Parts: sequence; structure tokens; C-alpha cells
Amino acid sequence: MKEIRWHGRGGQGGFTASRLLGIAAGMFGGKHALAFPSFGPERRGAPVLAFTKIDDTKIHDRSEVQESDYVVIMDETLINPGIVKGIREGATVLVNTSDVSRYKELEQFNTVQIDATSIALEVLGHPITNTAMYGALVAESGLVSKEAAIESIRYEMKPSLVDKNIEIINRAFEQIKGN
Amino acid sequence: MESKNIFLSGDEAVAHGVRLSRPHVIAAYPITPQTITVERLSEMVEAGELNAEYMHVESEHSAISATMGASAVGARTFTASSSQGLLYMTEGLHYASGGRYPIVMMNANRSVALPWSIYGDQRDSLSLLDSGWIQVYVEDAQEALDMTIQAFKIAEHADVLTPMMVNLDGFILTHTYEIVSVPAQEDVDAFLPPFETPNKMCFENPKNMAFSSQPDDNTEFKYQQNVGVLNSIEVLKQVNDEYAEKFGRDYFGMVEEYRCEDAEAVLVTLGSVTGTTRVVVDKMRAEGKKVGLLKIRYMRPFPEKEIMDLVSRVKNIGVIDKDISFGYEGTVYTNVNSAIAKTGLSIFTKNYVGGLGGRDITKAEIEEMFNELLTGKLKKEGEHVEFFNLKVSTDE
Repeated sequence: MKEIRWHGRGGQGGFTASRLLGIAAGMFGGKHALAFPSFGPERRGAPVLAFTKIDDTKIHDRSEVQESDYVVIMDETLINPGIVKGIREGATVLVNTSDVSRYKELEQFNTVQIDATSIALEVLGHPITNTAMYGALVAESGLVSKEAAIESIRYEMKPSLVDKNIEIINRAFEQIKGN
Repeated sequence: MESKNIFLSGDEAVAHGVRLSRPHVIAAYPITPQTITVERLSEMVEAGELNAEYMHVESEHSAISATMGASAVGARTFTASSSQGLLYMTEGLHYASGGRYPIVMMNANRSVALPWSIYGDQRDSLSLLDSGWIQVYVEDAQEALDMTIQAFKIAEHADVLTPMMVNLDGFILTHTYEIVSVPAQEDVDAFLPPFETPNKMCFENPKNMAFSSQPDDNTEFKYQQNVGVLNSIEVLKQVNDEYAEKFGRDYFGMVEEYRCEDAEAVLVTLGSVTGTTRVVVDKMRAEGKKVGLLKIRYMRPFPEKEIMDLVSRVKNIGVIDKDISFGYEGTVYTNVNSAIAKTGLSIFTKNYVGGLGGRDITKAEIEEMFNELLTGKLKKEGEHVEFFNLKVSTDE
């Protein structure tokens, strides 16, 4: 089983990203998936977590995620020394930043940087980075195919947002694969 | 039309189950973590996908009252609640079961105040075992949808005519998304015919309903009410089997035994912790340890026969309770022990109280429970009831 932890702020779409990955895996990837937010009240701007579990067989384990294989940090202002807790040795950490090397606490992991904010601003005109980070995770991890990721966008998002978010996925793939 | 696999939360899965069951009247008041269910139902009615009257009532007390009134004229009715909301309905819960109104309710299991907590445990519904409702507990979103549909068929059966509560763990199930197979409407229509009440309030055949009783006849009403719930034992099994045949998902009726063959220690679970326990059972079985689990699905009627059958084979039994009846023990444990006592067999039992107010129950903790049960000896003398993962010292 692969466990993914998403860090964002309320309103940034972290839980949506966790569900998009679950939809891609479960509905378009032939796998099983669970997606859930950190339980409790939701507040705009407050740090929030979301999780996706992906496996080849039905997922029975309903306990909290203890050790993540992938961690996606949508907002670099959320990085603090405590963020390393619950990240598996050898895990990959994706950060929305132009320079991941400044975060010494993350050096022990396989870090991947992507300037998701710039992609979002260029395509959407708003700094909504969830689909750029989603695209980057899919490109880096291969947890689901790019086609499945695009299908999840078509399935889940409002029609008016589909084309732009597919473009964001493509750009995120270029940044990761082009690196 | 075929069933569709959709990525749904437990709350949404229940809403789809309700939609497919074609209720006439839905009356509910939103409360976390049930809110999404009633929001979706309200949207479905608004969009014309569900031809029902959605009543925006001012409280849970009104929700249960409105569903009783609608049920009295022969409407199929649904309500949903959780925690404080469910408790606010309590007076009406007894009323509905005594009046034999086969209302179906979804309850999102949540802790009860004080201290205030929106997180999950099962103290809300377990404190209402005596309210006369049939209570089923589910393990995942698929079972939540399937049991919502089955609940109408069980509750409305002429031999039962008893309201039924479908319980799913708050957040762990209500807010977790997973793939759910949503049946086609025509298949559900073939499985669940329209509700025909034998006690219809109508002008053509006027009758007195919801009346008073005297000491002379009250016991007979209560006796019949008890018979109705007991009758559901056979009915729910038939409904389970018919559903399994039609939709391919079998939940085995009152309980499900998992790897209990030749087991030396068995944990009894209720709700979503069952899934996590399955994973631990598989791990320990792979290590050669003879452990199994008994998933209790129905708390009322209670699976007395199934537990008595299990203890003829297994000597060490633990019960996980997301509940505590203060001054005694977990309520599931009390019920299990009552069934065990009737066998006259000497069985080692232990109660693990945890998962209160949303605390996680980890695989490591469940493994620890099994390891204690396998020894057949209490790790602390006299302590049959343990609050596990307790963060305060109990030795002082």
C-alpha cells in the first residue's frame, strides 16, 4: 500500500487533490483507494492535511496514516521542523517552491521542487496550486498514469475548469520530466 | 442499466442508498458528521433526481416527529442524525418504535458531550439500545449504501414493522472517500417494492393510532414490540441473502466470522475498526498465531445464538468498545457476556475500551490485545475492563 500525505491551507484544495488521486486510481487506474481529510472543523487559511491510500487490493485498514511514502507540500510556509514526523525513510517530498535546497530538514528525503504557484498564476490567474502539485506527484511517482490523472480532472471538476487544469497537469509533467 | 462504480464518501453513499429506495418524505436537521448526507439528499430533491418531500425542520425532535406523521399515512420515510441530535430525538425514538413506524435513520456515530466533541465513537447509538430500534453497524461506505436499501425492506416487513438505524462511524466512514458500487434504479426497484402499511391512517378506514394504554394492556403492546424485533432476525437474514443474490454482496446476516476456524483468540468488533482488525488478523495468522475476529453487525436484535455458537469453539474472547457505560464496562462487552453466560461455559473475556472522541485505534494496539488474549490471562490482575492507550497513570 502507498500512503500519500497532502499539506495545504484551508481553501487551497488539498483535499480535492487527495480525492483526484483517489478517483484516478480507483475509477480510472484499476486500483483501490481511500481519500480523507484530517478529521475535524475546516477553516480557511488554517493548516490542513489530507490523505490518499492506494493499493492493488481492497483497503481494509481504517487507522490513521502513520508513515507516508509521498508527502506533498502545497504551501512552503507550512514547512517547520515538525513536518518530518510520519514520513517514511526513503520517501519522496514534493514542495511548491523555487528552491527546495533551503529546507535543510527535508534533506534526509528524496525532495522534488516544482514552482506550482507560477504555473497556477500563468494558467488560472489565481494561486490555486492543488492540480499543479497533483500533476507533479503523478509525474514523479507513477502512482497512476497521466491519462488516469487527466480523466480524474474531467470527471470531478466543473466543465469550465477542466481544460485549464489539464493544461496545468501537462505543464507540471513538463517541469518534472524536463528536470 | 448497470451498477456504477463511483468514488464516494460514506455520507454520500448513504444518500445514494436513500435515493435508490425512493422515500416519500425526508425530514432531517444537519449535524456534523452527518451533514453531507442531508445536503446531498436536499440537492437530489431540488434537482428532481429524487421525487420526495424534503422537510427542512427546525430540530431533530421535529425531524423524528415529522417522519412518524408521514409514516402513519403510509409514506416511506427517512431521517438522519448524530450524537447530540440523536439524543435530542430520544423521546421520539421510543415513540416511533412503540407506534411501529418503520422509519429508516442514518446515524453518524459521534461522541456525546461533555466535553464537547464532534469526533467519532459509538456512545450515542449504544446508549439507545433500549429505544426499540433495530440497530445495524457498517464497516465501509459500500456496506452503508447496501444496508440503507436493506433497512427499508427489513423495517417495513409486515412481521417486523420496527424502525431501523444504520450506524456508520463519524469521519472514519462518513468523510472517507472510496469506490462504491451504486446499483441501477431498476434493480433496486425490483428488490424493494413500494411500502404498503397495514396500519394506514386514512379517511376510508379511520382508526385510532398512537393512543394511550392502561396497566391492563401495556405489557401486551411491549410484548408484541419485542416479538417484532425478534422477528427481524429471520427477516434480515432473508433480506441479506436476497440482496447477495441480486447484487453480489453478502454480509452474512447478524455477524461475520473472519478466520475464526481453529482460533484460540477472537476479538469482537463493531463498525469501522473491523477493517483494521482484519489486517492484524491476516498479519498474525501469517506468523502462525491462531486469531480471528467476530464482526457484530446487529446490536438489536442481538446475535445471541451466533455468539453462543462461537464460544463452543473459542475460549479467549476480547471485545473492543468505542463506548463505556460509566461505573461498569463497555455496552458491547455486557451484551456479549450475557450471551456467553447462557452457554454455561467458562470463557476468558476482556474488554478493551478505546477510540473514544475520535482517537485512532492502531494496528499495534490491536495486536497487543490479541497477544494478551492468546495468553488467556489478564495482564493486570482483576482488570477485565481496560482503557487502552490511556495517557494518564492508573498505578497511583
